[in-house]
Amino acid sequence: MATLKELASRPERLTGGHRLCAGCGASIVVRQILAAVDNPMVVGCATGCLEVATTIYPYTAWRTSYIHNAFENVAATISGVEAAYRALKRRGKVTEDFRFVAIGGDGGTYDIGFQALSGTLERGHRLLYLCYDNQAYMNTGIQRSSATPLGAETTTSPVGSVRPGKDRPRKDLTAIVVAHEVPYAAQAAPHRWRDLVGKARKALDTDGPTFLNVLAPCPRGWRFDPSRTIEILTLAVDTCFWPLYEVVDGKWILNYRPKEKLPVAEFLKVQGRFAHLFRADNRPVLEALQAEVDRKWEALLRRAEA
Amino acid sequence: MPHEPGVRLMQGNEACAEGALAAGLDFFAGYPITPSTEVAEFLAERLPRTGGTFIQMEDEIASMAAVVGASLAGARAMTATSGPGFSLKQENLGFAALVEAPCVVVNVQRQGPSTGLPTSPSQGDIMQARWGTHGDHPAVVLAPWSVHECFDLTVTAFNLAERLRIPVILLTDEVIGHMREKVTLPDPSSIRRESRPRIPPRTPGALPYEDRHSDVPPMAVFGDGNRAHVTGLLHDRRGYPIGPGPEAAALIRRLQAKVDARRSELAMVHGEMLDDAEVVVVAVGCVARSALRAVRLARQEGIAAGFLRPITVWPFPEERLARLAEEVRGFVVPEMNLGQLVYEVERAVRGRAAVRAYSRVDGNLITPEEVLGALREVARP
Repeated sequence: MATLKELASRPERLTGGHRLCAGCGASIVVRQILAAVDNPMVVGCATGCLEVATTIYPYTAWRTSYIHNAFENVAATISGVEAAYRALKRRGKVTEDFRFVAIGGDGGTYDIGFQALSGTLERGHRLLYLCYDNQAYMNTGIQRSSATPLGAETTTSPVGSVRPGKDRPRKDLTAIVVAHEVPYAAQAAPHRWRDLVGKARKALDTDGPTFLNVLAPCPRGWRFDPSRTIEILTLAVDTCFWPLYEVVDGKWILNYRPKEKLPVAEFLKVQGRFAHLFRADNRPVLEALQAEVDRKWEALLRRAEA
Repeated sequence: MPHEPGVRLMQGNEACAEGALAAGLDFFAGYPITPSTEVAEFLAERLPRTGGTFIQMEDEIASMAAVVGASLAGARAMTATSGPGFSLKQENLGFAALVEAPCVVVNVQRQGPSTGLPTSPSQGDIMQARWGTHGDHPAVVLAPWSVHECFDLTVTAFNLAERLRIPVILLTDEVIGHMREKVTLPDPSSIRRESRPRIPPRTPGALPYEDRHSDVPPMAVFGDGNRAHVTGLLHDRRGYPIGPGPEAAALIRRLQAKVDARRSELAMVHGEMLDDAEVVVVAVGCVARSALRAVRLARQEGIAAGFLRPITVWPFPEERLARLAEEVRGFVVPEMNLGQLVYEVERAVRGRAAVRAYSRVDGNLITPEEVLGALREVARP
């Protein structure tokens, strides 16, 4: 395992100068993952914050081969590249050992890109699909997605006297990917960088479709001070809101167990999108969210022990 | 909760959403996409307060499908999108036309193709709005040029959709959608609401796809106790599938005839200074604003310029153009694409007058000076 110093000395594949917001989790996630291996790479981006902010006219921040295609298409587009690469390699026309990474936000992965993701996993392409999950459509101005947690405020799940923000729980995408019986899938968070980089290396070294779901806080959409990104990630993991685990050939492995499992309110109260949940009338929503986190955590522990 | 009548400053997308509420919107299914997102955001907050339903779907295919489903359940239904999202809605737009599900689709045009210039205006979807879905189908497409007209034409779009049992497209663009200007909202009680013809509840033997007295048969709405069998296959007057033959042709022809038979009523235009005009600028949407200014500047120079704005892009007001072609020297057609509207102008003019296209596809507005330059060339060759 590389030290932080070694990682930092590797050539940046996503260079500085891009226009992602201060405190954005997405670029931290992507830089760590791309530093995990030395192979040349083809990166695909679905429409989203990462795509828009790293390719602002007339610049690009990408030092890899790069494809952007419209919102729903990244998994299918990279599937085509990977399949062609294998054919070319078979015929000796390519000799280098490439890696393929498809990147989407939660909107481009959980929602509109879901069908393409599922098809890609089933066909068995050798590629890593990375979802940087910031839990809403941030690029278009904070609309709910199926990754948005219960009770979160977005512009299409507004808070009022009747509605407490989003009225549905999150989709458990990582578990859905695991149900495709892929050789490697994991959940990670960039404040645990050793864990994340290790997972990225495992995924990129696996001969088959792999998947990483990585939490990427959004200061604008979650409404917190940009200096607190790492603190919020820590709270997401220590409250078990975002557990870190991997599933290797069907075996569930828990990668981190907090010394003390904090109440989910500790994670929520530092974010403006959940401020209304601390009103007395929204207490049932807060309790439902805690119950959901507890239920999923217990289920994860059972799976990891099985 | 109806709007407060009176003068307001608002954005085109907001006026469109406000118009939909005034037209009795029951159901909106949307998906975020620039530059249309404000329509969904506004309705996410306002529509539930009127007892209506807002849902955000997982993509544009799904939002269009949900709109058709809601329409078949009896709701006044709408969705809003732009560029790539409009492309994804095309299959279900054809479905809506075939199963005669009234609905309104707002397309706030942005520069394409593909992701293109997501925050820049365009008129690249004029042909897609007519021919985007496969197969022959009727199309009514309205193009507002102001924030106020976004309100009015959204109401009109609902009324036409309901009366004719067709999908109606409101074709705006990034400038019209995001611009803020004065709007005078009418008294809600003064707004006429038309509703689709419906088969009365529990009518034995009713035929939802044929009527001897009208080319728009009454609809069998789900839940009314009538047999409502809806399919994307070509179907007979009961809604059951049919094979190739005269019945298939009759259905396709009837669907198209709903619009063709009403061309003169549907094809709305806005004309100015046409009586003595020698050169006429034909423009729609945001470009028409520059065009009208250019026509006024041309008049100051002594050019007998006129202005014709198709409010209805489809069916195209070809009869009006054909009459003008007998009287004028030429036409100038400025548009923010490489030439789409100009084909229709040429088709209507049939060589009887000069037709000069003016294109701009860099994502910036056509200026009055550019239109004036083209006007001069046609007026003083």
